[in-house]
Order: sequence, then C-alpha cells, then structure tokens
Amino acid sequence: MGPEGMRFVDEYRDREKAQALAANIATLVEPGRRYGLMEICGGHTHTIYKHGIEDYLPEEVQLVHGPGCPVCVIPMGRIDDAIWIAEQDGVTMTSFGDLLRVPGARGSFLDAKARGADIQMVYSPLDSLRIARNNPHRRVVFMAIGFETTTPSTAMTVLRAAAEGLENFSVFCNHVTIIPALQALLASPDLHIDGFIGPGHVSTVIGCEPYRFIAAEHGRPFVVAGFEPLDILQAIQMLLLQLREGRSEVENQYTRVVPWEGNQKALQAIDEVMEPRPTFEWRGLGWIPDSAMRIREKYARFDAERIFDVPATRVADPPACQCGEVLRGTIKPWECKVFGTACTPETPIGTCMVSSEGACAAYYNFGRFTRLRVRQAGSA
Amino acid sequence: MCLGIPGEVVTLDAERPGMATVNVGGARRQVNVMLIEEDGVAPGDWVLIHVGFALAKIDEEEAQLTLSHLEEMGQAYRDELQAISDSRID
Repeated sequence: MGPEGMRFVDEYRDREKAQALAANIATLVEPGRRYGLMEICGGHTHTIYKHGIEDYLPEEVQLVHGPGCPVCVIPMGRIDDAIWIAEQDGVTMTSFGDLLRVPGARGSFLDAKARGADIQMVYSPLDSLRIARNNPHRRVVFMAIGFETTTPSTAMTVLRAAAEGLENFSVFCNHVTIIPALQALLASPDLHIDGFIGPGHVSTVIGCEPYRFIAAEHGRPFVVAGFEPLDILQAIQMLLLQLREGRSEVENQYTRVVPWEGNQKALQAIDEVMEPRPTFEWRGLGWIPDSAMRIREKYARFDAERIFDVPATRVADPPACQCGEVLRGTIKPWECKVFGTACTPETPIGTCMVSSEGACAAYYNFGRFTRLRVRQAGSA
Repeated sequence: MCLGIPGEVVTLDAERPGMATVNVGGARRQVNVMLIEEDGVAPGDWVLIHVGFALAKIDEEEAQLTLSHLEEMGQAYRDELQAISDSRID
C-alpha cells in the first residue's frame, strides 16, 4: 500500500475499532445475498468517501447515496427565480455561501452579482435580519434552503422579524422535508434498497418516530447515525444485524446527540410560521407532494413569493447531467457521462458536483485515493 | 450550512433573552439558544450550532469528537468558520 493509502487509514481515530466492526459486518453477510444500504444525508456521503468506508465493507454490501443534500436537490428554476428577485429595484439578496455557485439557467448568484445585483453571503438568517435592520431603505430577502436542520432557524428569524415589526425583510422559502422525499423514493420501482442510514442532524429536530413507516410499512430497517467513520460502520452493523434477524425497526445509533422525540420547540416554530406546499420540484426526483414548506398566510408580509411577482421559472436539467440518477442511487457518480470531464467542482454542470456534500464532489475530491488503494491492494 | 459546529457557552445575555455568547473555534460569537432553553443552558455547556442557532446540547467529549471530525473536513469547515467569524448576529 502506497503512502497516500496509509494516510487514509491512519485518519481513523480508532483503527482497531473500525477493523473489529468491519470484521463483524463481514460475519453478518449471508452467502449469496446482496445488500443495498442508502445513506440519506450528504454529510454521511462526505464521511464515507473521505474515509474510504466502502473499502471496509464486503463486496456484497453496497452503499447508495441518497437525496439528502439540500444544495443538490434545489431545481434550477428556483435559482432563476431567486436571481430574478435579486435583480428587482432596491433588493439585497442574502444567501448561505454554499449556494452562491449553484447554476440556474441564467447562471449563478455569483454571475448575477457580477452583473450588478446586490447579493451578500450570510452565515445565519439572523445576519440577514441585521442587514435589514441596518438598511431600512433596502428590501432584504433571505434565500432559505435546507432540510429540517435549517428550517427552524428561518422560522425563528421570521418570528423575530414579526416581533420587531420589520417591514423590509422577507424570506424566499425553499425548505424541503425529508419524509415525503423518502416516501417518493420508496415508491419508485427501480429502488434496490434494503435499509437506510438515517440523517443525524435532521433527526435532532424531527426525532426518530417519523421514520417508523419505513420500517413498519416498507419492511426496511432504519438506523439514525452520527458522522464519525465509526458511527457509520456501527450503523451498517446494526442494519445488517436487523436484516440477519429478519427485523425492520427504527434504531438510534446517534443517541449522543439525537433525542428520540426530536426538538419540540423547533418543530413548534416551524409549524407556527410555515405549512407544507401542495407540491415542490426536486432536482432529479421531479415533483413530490407535500415535500417543501412555504410561509403561512399569517406571516405573508415576510414571504418573498407574495411580495414579489416571482416568475415561477421551470427549467429542465441539462441533458448531459445525470444528477437525478445519482440522487436516486441508480448510478454511481463516476458512471455519469460528464463526471470529471465536462463537470468538475470548478465548472459544475450538476448540483451534486457543486456542494462539498454532493456525492459527485465527494467522490471527485476523495474517490481517486480510494481507487488508488484498491488498485494497489489488488497488485500487492 | 449543513455543518453542526460545537461551541461552549460563555455567558447568557441578560439584556437579550435567548441569546448567548459562545466560544466557537476560539472566537466569541452570539448564538441564539431559544430552541434548547427547556433543557437548561448555562455557562460551560457545550452546544451544537447550526446557522446561528443551538439545536442540541452535547457533552464535552462529543464536542471534541465533532471538532476533530470537522477539522479533517478541511475547506468546508474552514469556510464555515470564516462565515461564522464574518457573522454579526445580534
């Protein structure tokens, strides 16, 4: 094994534990059976590639990378709409840094900024609120994206804006919800998933109970997991043990952080300010009922979609881009026609290459080491 | 955006209920702690912060584990720390 491969192995804080888990996982694999396990969260995808987790698994166990990267699933039309808002008179658009390079049909936020739009990067929606407070003559819009991890923050910020009586702050709400996306995935006929590695941070908010239908109605074990390499290996072990014993239950590997009942106060804040949309488009997955949130009528004065005559742009994904198949787990990132050639982190065509948590970017950044290791191990 | 960053509560802000000064990566930052108030928040507690809001209380061991994991992430973590350091939540 070459020096680069060694460095990878050494990054484990507890190599012996990892190897013991890997050995145990191998014993749980039944002869002749293949296992597809989906990690839903982009953070898990990142850990899996970074630490070469797949190399610790028997060939029969395949990890499938799911749709849990909010930057990756936002459709191009919503980016175009946001840029349209940013280009209106007197508007200051504020956005998380992750989103600045995501291309719509008319380029990205960064391109719009170069054309003269006032687009500012913020760390928190509370930063947007401060910008609004300090610039009463600007119409400050927060580009809200994310799963249930960031939704409470947007809701709390709207509540604060209401309490302060701010009149120049609004939210362009693109928050998505994980459960309807999983329902849509489970309904697709080409899905070969035997169990799920559940998202750690999202579950901090929604808890573990909402996943019960996956175990009870779809017969798939579901284990909420932390973000350490050992967490993921342990979650895989728990999933394989359930499959071995013929069980399908929701289990929580990440009890260090995730309470079973979630964060009730965060859920209340979301429910106060937002309601599910009848339908929302996901990049690569299409339109999914009840899969995103919008601002309730009660808080209409903070809803950018009501304040501005947003064009509701619909844009087909670029024909060369196979992000949809990557997000459904039907192809691996490197099986995409443009992966690593026309589509790279510097010049992304698809969203999976933009975000550092996207499966394509994660594989592009780290996967070459993994392949190198496999080749060297094979020739040794 | 999706990274949960651990921080140690330094003081609770008496004048602005629900806000706390938190030590994040060596810098003192304002963080909204309203979502975990029911668990009780006090100086010395470790919290997991998402986009300016503490979403969960964690113990110190978990905080250190998460920090070393984040440091291994490299650029994504440096970008997030930079974003926090540019943030002026009040």
